[in-house]
Amino acid sequence: MAKHKKTRKRTAKRKAGHHSSHKHAGHKAHKQARKTPQPQTTATAPAKQIKIFLNEQEITCTPEDYIFDIAEKNGVKIPHLCHHERLERTAHCRLCIVDVDIGNGKGRLMTSCSTKAADGMKVNTHTPKVLEARRINLELLLANHDLNCPTCPKNLHCKLQSYAGDFMIKDIRFSGKRRQVPVDNSSVSIRRDDNRCILCGRCIKMCNQIQTVYAIDQNNRGFDTIVTPALGHTMAESSCVNCGQCVIVCPTGALTEKSDIQSVIDALNNPDKMLIAQTAPSIRAALGECFGMEAGTEVTGKMVTALKRLGFEKVFDTDLGADICIIEEATEFVKRFKENKNLPMITTCCPAWIKFGEQFFFDELHHMSSCKSPQAILASLIKTYYAQKIGKSPKDMILVDIMPCTAKKYEITRPEFSGEADYVLTTVELGKLIKEMNIDFVNLPDTEFDNPLGESTGAGVIFGHTGGVMEAALRTAVDWLEGKSLPKFEYNKALGGIETKKEAKLKIKGKTVNICVVHTLGEARKLMEDIKAGKSQYHFIEIMACYGGCVGGGGQPAPINAEILLKRAGALNRADNKKKIRKSHKNPAALSIYKEYLGEFGSEQAHKLLHTSYTRKAYK
Amino acid sequence: MPDINKVLEKYSSPGDLIAALQDIQKEFGYLSEEHMEALSKKIKAPLSRISGVATFYSMFRLKPIGKNHISMCRGTACHVHNSETLLRFIEKKLNIKSGEMTDDGHISLETVNCIGACAKAPAMMVNGKVYGNLDEKKIDKLIEDLRK
Ligand code: SF4
Ligand code: SF4
Ligand code: SF4
Ligand code: FES
Ligand code: FES
Repeated sequence: MAKHKKTRKRTAKRKAGHHSSHKHAGHKAHKQARKTPQPQTTATAPAKQIKIFLNEQEITCTPEDYIFDIAEKNGVKIPHLCHHERLERTAHCRLCIVDVDIGNGKGRLMTSCSTKAADGMKVNTHTPKVLEARRINLELLLANHDLNCPTCPKNLHCKLQSYAGDFMIKDIRFSGKRRQVPVDNSSVSIRRDDNRCILCGRCIKMCNQIQTVYAIDQNNRGFDTIVTPALGHTMAESSCVNCGQCVIVCPTGALTEKSDIQSVIDALNNPDKMLIAQTAPSIRAALGECFGMEAGTEVTGKMVTALKRLGFEKVFDTDLGADICIIEEATEFVKRFKENKNLPMITTCCPAWIKFGEQFFFDELHHMSSCKSPQAILASLIKTYYAQKIGKSPKDMILVDIMPCTAKKYEITRPEFSGEADYVLTTVELGKLIKEMNIDFVNLPDTEFDNPLGESTGAGVIFGHTGGVMEAALRTAVDWLEGKSLPKFEYNKALGGIETKKEAKLKIKGKTVNICVVHTLGEARKLMEDIKAGKSQYHFIEIMACYGGCVGGGGQPAPINAEILLKRAGALNRADNKKKIRKSHKNPAALSIYKEYLGEFGSEQAHKLLHTSYTRKAYK
Repeated sequence: MPDINKVLEKYSSPGDLIAALQDIQKEFGYLSEEHMEALSKKIKAPLSRISGVATFYSMFRLKPIGKNHISMCRGTACHVHNSETLLRFIEKKLNIKSGEMTDDGHISLETVNCIGACAKAPAMMVNGKVYGNLDEKKIDKLIEDLRK
């Protein structure tokens, strides 16, 4: 352990000055994004080649490679519970141990996730000794675990459960006291059940190092150790911003989304209410994965059919909310840019980011756009414009939002949005509900969204991935600033990638517009520190809390990695390309809502229904 | 009452966490949430981290101590000499659990690991003074004396 720590430190030192990404695993610095001059270091020189023997197979690698990663690349899947490719290697669970012989013929059990290769090293991944040690580690974890698997929200998706299956664990040789603590159900987004926590530490690293929210940490010692907010406070009282990124990486049922499935089933069985659903852009790119379909399969039509079969009378597209959001946001940006006031302007589609800003950067809230999120915009229009149009009281309607996002569960409880959306189901919850209702999703026919709130542009659909909101906003704002409709508008090349920080410069009528797009709240924090210090050069910023944007939301099916995110984003980009209309301000449905109901872009009525304000939030 | 700002004066970075907690405890007898919040702002360490450290080390106390304070040893030597039974005896007598204080604030109880009096195990400390070779009768008398 100590030895690896040292190695890590040395690497960090050598890389220091090159970029500061070391602390934030998974953050790949975008070269252009760094203002600091880049000193010449050896870090970029090709590393020395060495040979190791993995299960007697000779493999060429570098001394910088970890045994775990080498094995993975060479078809050996080592079981692991704590290691995660975006998080710091801390070697907690010891499930990934392998036999390592550094040349003296004596094998030693070492954790492959944190041990680097050395020349001539002989690694055996499944000797009897290795297997027995892994089995003991697994049994120890199981002995202190609430093993009521069928009642666990992660049943059939839990890594501990599946390894117990792989290892064919039949009985557990250890017994004794088991941790028994109450479940923390205080948060509207996240359920925390420490009886199912294996103390792998992934959530803590996600929350503290990647998101820099610092809501949870390990408390107490020995047998009493638990992962919890500070000083026994509940999740609801803590600084948790509900992003659900910890849920995505938790290998067990200890952290899960707070389920609203039962409430929605009850609503669906209420004969007195009209049931309406709206679905966020990124659901269509991920829902199929809940049914074993390939990541990046667009399932819009099947999703609408499934919702209809579940009993929703109308299914509307949040993409229309996104288009209207862009119209309002672009109007706001053009005004601020021309007046050079409250710049940079920051997008506000992401409720996790908003809470983060309200807690940690409450003096900078004037930088935020006043636009509600697409979800809240469409919800508000459904309960006002649409209700009036069909002559129904909003009280007789129940609106269920299908969102990629645990933070949306929190967003709809904000007092300023009361009376709008009634429930939020995440992608994962919708998947469960569809299965519970015995719908054969994969073989469903396609259905179109309902009108009049089902029509959207290509700009609305790309909201679901990092850079998408900015791309959509620019398609409209640049047209307006230039005073003409530009035939070419793809900003995506510069802004759409998976790097956590991306920049672009636009020349508009002789003026430069500096654009920045970030995802993960750790990146947002750095950006906000600069703004606070008056050092920011940007005019317009997009912030999303989740890695990859909403396609990587806390309510999306796990696992989530760069490859899967790019596939999901690809599905949205293809949907964008297929659309005839690809600029929000050209959306005919949006335009007729303005004409019939809202008036001008940015009108008083639009402000009343589609904008909001932010206040400082206290936390424990 | 000492002034928390004074106590925290010399601390400025997250690395000062443990030393600062020790100082707070020395001055106030325990770590209150309010003081830990002040520390969090001062050294820019999240409260969740401070909580993690404060609950990890048994030397830190998160609840105030009473006018009289009993530290029952639960170290190995005392354990072998039945300190667990004695602990339960005290808990029953005072009607509080380890880590708590009687309603009138008169006596508080905690457990500690080895107070360096193994030769006299089972042992405990009352208001900083060590008492060894304990049994229920001796403890009963000690507590009655405290109540006087
Ligand atoms: S939901 Fe997000 S903010 Fe809350 S504990 Fe998890 S990672 Fe931290
Ligand atoms: S809550 Fe989940 S991710 Fe966090 S330590 Fe426990 S098992 Fe690991
Ligand atoms: S990035 Fe999207 S999914 Fe993640 S918290 Fe924000 S709105 Fe929700
Ligand atoms: S995966 Fe390597 S120690 Fe947990
Ligand atoms: S174990 Fe109790 S005094 Fe040493």
